[in-house]
Amino acid sequence: MGMTVSEKILAQASGRASVQAGEIIWAKVDCAMMDDLLGPRVEIADNLEKMGVPVWDPDKVVIISDHYTPPANIKQANIVKYTRDWAAANGIRHYYEFAGPCHQVMMDKGHVLPGTLVVGTDSHSTTYGALCSFGTGIGSTEMSGVLATGEIWLKVPASISIRWDGKLRDGVMAKDISLRTIKAIGHSGATYKTMEYRGETIRALNMDERMCLTNMAVETGAKAGLIEYDEITAAFLKENFGVTEDFGRFNADADAVYSETFAFDASSLAPQVACPHEVDNVFDITDIDRIRVDQVYLGSCTGGRYYDLKMAADLLRGRTVAPGIRVLVSPASRDIYNRCMREGILETLAEAGCTILCSTCGACLGVHSGNIGDDEVCVATTNRNFLGRMGSKSSGVYLASPLTAAASAVTGYVTDPRDFLKGA
Amino acid sequence: MVKGKVWKYGNNINTDIIAPPESMELSVKEAASWSMRNVDPEFAGAYRPGDIFVTEHNLGSGSSRETAPLMLKELGVRVLVAMDYARIFYRNCINVGMIPVECPETDKIRKGDVIEVDFEEGKIFNRTTGETYLCNKIPGHIVKIMERGGLIPYLMAEKLGRSC
Ligand code: SF4
Repeated sequence: MGMTVSEKILAQASGRASVQAGEIIWAKVDCAMMDDLLGPRVEIADNLEKMGVPVWDPDKVVIISDHYTPPANIKQANIVKYTRDWAAANGIRHYYEFAGPCHQVMMDKGHVLPGTLVVGTDSHSTTYGALCSFGTGIGSTEMSGVLATGEIWLKVPASISIRWDGKLRDGVMAKDISLRTIKAIGHSGATYKTMEYRGETIRALNMDERMCLTNMAVETGAKAGLIEYDEITAAFLKENFGVTEDFGRFNADADAVYSETFAFDASSLAPQVACPHEVDNVFDITDIDRIRVDQVYLGSCTGGRYYDLKMAADLLRGRTVAPGIRVLVSPASRDIYNRCMREGILETLAEAGCTILCSTCGACLGVHSGNIGDDEVCVATTNRNFLGRMGSKSSGVYLASPLTAAASAVTGYVTDPRDFLKGA
Repeated sequence: MVKGKVWKYGNNINTDIIAPPESMELSVKEAASWSMRNVDPEFAGAYRPGDIFVTEHNLGSGSSRETAPLMLKELGVRVLVAMDYARIFYRNCINVGMIPVECPETDKIRKGDVIEVDFEEGKIFNRTTGETYLCNKIPGHIVKIMERGGLIPYLMAEKLGRSC
C-alpha cells in the first residue's frame, strides 16, 4: 500500500521501511526548537535536572528568544536572560535573539530540510511543512523527554488531502487560501491528522506563500501541514543553503490513502477575513459590514515575510495611511528586515505613514509592541484572533492577507484590496 | 474511579483562555489565579481540588503552552472531561500527570452536578441527575505513562533505566 508524505517521513524517523496511519511509533527527532516563552524556563530545565542527563545532542537543538524581544519590562528581560544563559550552559550553539519569530528564523538559517522530523515548543512549528518537513508543536514536558532521549512517541496521523487548482486572481494571496481552507475544515476538523496541500495552485506559490499555508495548518487542529518537494523547494534549498539533494522520495505515492479529500477552485476565490474570535469564522470580504479599524498589523511568522511586505508596499506606494489609525510593520525576521531595507520596501512603507518595528512576536500574541485597548479593532496578518489575543478582551482582531491589511490601512476600514488594483 | 463536583464550560476553551497572554511572564503558581479569567472570573478562586473540569468540543486548542494544563493542575484539576481535545493539549495533560477523558455527552452535564468517572470501564455516572454516559477507555501506551506518574518518570524508567 502506498504512503502519504507524513507516513514516508515518519517511517524514516522510526527507522522502518513503512508505517501506516494509526500506528504508535517511537521516532528520532532531527531538530528540536525552543523559544523563550515556552522554552527552558517552563519545566524543561527542571525536568532535565531531575532526570540527571545532559541534552542528547546540543547541535540538534535550536533556541530562539523571540516572544519577549525586545523586553517590555524586567520580567520579560529576565526570561530572555534565563533563556540565553541556559542555552550557553547547555552547549547550544544555535541560539538566536532579536532575529525574529522562531519559525522564520528556522527557515532562514537552514535548520529545516525535507524529510526531517522537527519538533518545537510552539504550535506553529507546522510551518516547516512548506519545505516538506514534518514540523509539529509539543509541550514542555514532551520537549524535556526529547532533549533527554532524542526520541518522541507519535501516533502516525491520517492525512487529509487539500487540493487547490486554478489561478489566483489579482489581489488574492496565500493567506486567503489558508483562511478559506480553515473555514471548510473547521477549527478542529483536522485534529490528530495531517493536512497535505497539493494541486496546481499550490505548486505555483513561492516559498513565502507556502509557509503562510503550513503555518496555519494547526488552526484546524492539525499535527502537521505538508507541501510536497518540487522545483520551488529545490530552488529555495539551492539558493539559500547550496543544498542540491533530490528529496522527491518523500512525496506521496500515487496510491497513498487519504482519510478525506477537499478540492477548491482558486480562480473564484475572493479575499477572506477571519472575524473575531475564532480563526474559522471566515467570510468573503465582500460579505462583511463596514468595520472601522484602529490598528493595522503587518507582521508575524504568518504574514510578515518578504513577499508579504513587498505586496503591501506596492499597494501603499504613493498613498498615505488613514488619519487616526496606526499601522505597525514587523518583518518576520532580521534577514527579511535587511532585505526589505536594501530594496526600499521599508522606505515605501514608512513614507506612507507605517511605523516599522523590529522583528518580533510582540503584538501577535499581545505581550508588547502594539497591544490594543478596550473595544479597539485591529486588522492583522497574523494567525490567531482569539478573545484577548492582542490585548483587551473587548477588542477584536480581524485576520486578513497583507494586501487586505494594506488596503484597510489606506481607508481606515476593513477594505477589499481589489478596490486599489490598477483600472479598478 | 474519581468523584467530584463539576465546573462546566462550552466549546473551544482554548489555551489563551486557560492561560491568558498577560499571565505568561509569571510563574505557574502565580499565574494560576489568572486561569479562565476572561470567561469566568470566579473560577480560579473557587475551584477546589477534587472538582472536575468539564467542557464540550475542542478543549485546549491554540497555543502549545503547557502552562495551560499546569495552571489547571496547580488549581487542583486532576480529571478533565470533554467531547474532544486539541492534540497538543491532550498530550500535555497526560505528560504532566492529569487524566483527559473523552465523552460525547458532556452537553448533558451541568455546572454543580456531582459526577463519578470510571475511566477503566469507560463510564461516567451523574449522581445529580441519575444519568450514565459512555466515555473512552484510555489506550494502553497512555495508561503506562499515567501509571508511572507522567512522561518524565516513564522515560526515566523505560528509556533511561533510572528511577526518580
Ligand atoms: S509571530 Fe505570533 S504566531 Fe508566530 S511564533 Fe510569534 S507569537 Fe507565535
